[in-house]
Amino acid sequence: MNSVKERLVNGIVKENPTFVLMLGMCPTLAVTTSAINGLGMGLTTMVVLALSNVFISMLRHIIPDKVRIPAFIVIIASFVTIVQLLLQGFIPFLYDALGIYIPLIVVNCIILGRAEAYAYKNPVIPSLFDGIGMGLGFSVALTCIGAVRELLGAGTLFNIGVMPESFVPVSIFIMAPGAFFVLAVLTAIQNKVKIIGERKGKDMSKIQSGCGNDCLNCADTGCAKRLIDEKPSKVRKEIEIEEIVDEEAGEEDTKND
Amino acid sequence: MNDLMKVSSNPHVRSKSTTSSIMLTVVIALLPAAGFGIYNFGLKALILMLVTVASTVLTELAFEKICKKKVTIGDYSAVVTGLLLAMNLPVSAPWWIGVVGGVFAILVVKMLFGGLGQNFMNPALGARCFLLISFTSIMTNFDCDAYTGATPLANLKSGEAVDILDMVIGRTAGTIGETSMVAIVIGACILILFGIIDLRIPGSYIVSLVIFISLFGGRGLDWPYISAHLAGGGLMLGAFFMATDYVTRPITKRGQYVYGILLGILTGIFRIFGPSAEGVSYAIIIGNLLVPLIEKVTLPKAFGKGGEKA
Repeated sequence: MNSVKERLVNGIVKENPTFVLMLGMCPTLAVTTSAINGLGMGLTTMVVLALSNVFISMLRHIIPDKVRIPAFIVIIASFVTIVQLLLQGFIPFLYDALGIYIPLIVVNCIILGRAEAYAYKNPVIPSLFDGIGMGLGFSVALTCIGAVRELLGAGTLFNIGVMPESFVPVSIFIMAPGAFFVLAVLTAIQNKVKIIGERKGKDMSKIQSGCGNDCLNCADTGCAKRLIDEKPSKVRKEIEIEEIVDEEAGEEDTKND
Repeated sequence: MNDLMKVSSNPHVRSKSTTSSIMLTVVIALLPAAGFGIYNFGLKALILMLVTVASTVLTELAFEKICKKKVTIGDYSAVVTGLLLAMNLPVSAPWWIGVVGGVFAILVVKMLFGGLGQNFMNPALGARCFLLISFTSIMTNFDCDAYTGATPLANLKSGEAVDILDMVIGRTAGTIGETSMVAIVIGACILILFGIIDLRIPGSYIVSLVIFISLFGGRGLDWPYISAHLAGGGLMLGAFFMATDYVTRPITKRGQYVYGILLGILTGIFRIFGPSAEGVSYAIIIGNLLVPLIEKVTLPKAFGKGGEKA
């Protein structure tokens, strides 16, 4: 079960979607006005992420490469709809607080990113834990941002007053600019910790995902390498055919000119 | 051997003025308005100014010590920031407002972007807007021992009569340094005489505001109304001391006119169509953000480029 632990650590710390990958910034900045909102958004996303990762991983041999993105979206949107209806039915206060950002989970790049980068080329169990790890990392990050903003902007923490009465809330922190301040400072602290760790000789590098390349720094944006590695003969043929077609098309163009 | 040419790299023309001498001149130019603020609002204004200046200078010192950078508090730019910020605070503000504002101005707006010369907006104004958004009730409470009630601009907006002579001299409610048009203009004259600023930005700012107000203010060329707009609020302080900040204004001459006109139009929009009576700080901050674009489009052509081809 080493890979399970590895996926969890990777999601929460090393490839934390918010502080390291800088993904899903829209909900990160918009809903973290309080710790409870951040936690709710994080956990909601985690459920969708884990379920969609499992399904995409199960269907990875069935989904054709060329329409994989629409297929991912359909799967993700189905789960988001389920989660949205469940929230509306059972946790209405959270549903009201998150508002439009629940349906917007469909376009959250963490979910699509993990589907493309991990679930689509890995077995079901690691994909499940990748989703849970990433989701937990997102939840931790959002809860931290929400807690700091709530503490400074309203003087409370999880709706419990913790600051002394003489504290004057700095209300900018629960407005949009405060989200940027807090995110920037927390990211800076996170980077500082990483630098100190590297100086002490700890391994702070990201755990490689799927293809053996670090997707964040991978120049191969179309990820053709992945296709060639997995299904060599078929894809190579296709690529060759495409090239030939392109060349022919080019020749025709020049003839027409 | 005296015939040998002296070869050196540029700059070849040097001026005696340094950052610290310029900043010191600005501090001196601010003193009339600051002094009037103390005369007008009492000793509490002086204390607030000292606290704010101390907070900006100490923040800069602490940041540079912690980050092991060259200590630059000797160039007085932090003093100017602190003084300008304090003059933008109402006298009823508690002392910690000055400290929070000073730390924000220096730490977030100035030092995190690389220190003097690198900041993308005026630190004093950035901090003022931060305070205005965070502590709205404190920052818009102009009640003090000398005056109660709204500022002249707020009265003007709600249609009440205002005493223009009081506004020009400065016997009105408002922030510490903005009330007296006379004192600020004296300071502006010092700046202009010493060649620190020129009239391009303040002039185009004020003229465009006058035109905007006479077009859209709903009263046409009503001079008492227009002069109340000019004497009221932070316009004079903003136009002469903040819009002309070397770091956050355009370098190109044409760009400075564009910048001034833009500020005038923005201030007019905020004052006339916006919900609050004052709009100078937000106008200048938005202008600051647009400076790189203004410089890009107003860049003069290099000699020999772009002429007609033979």
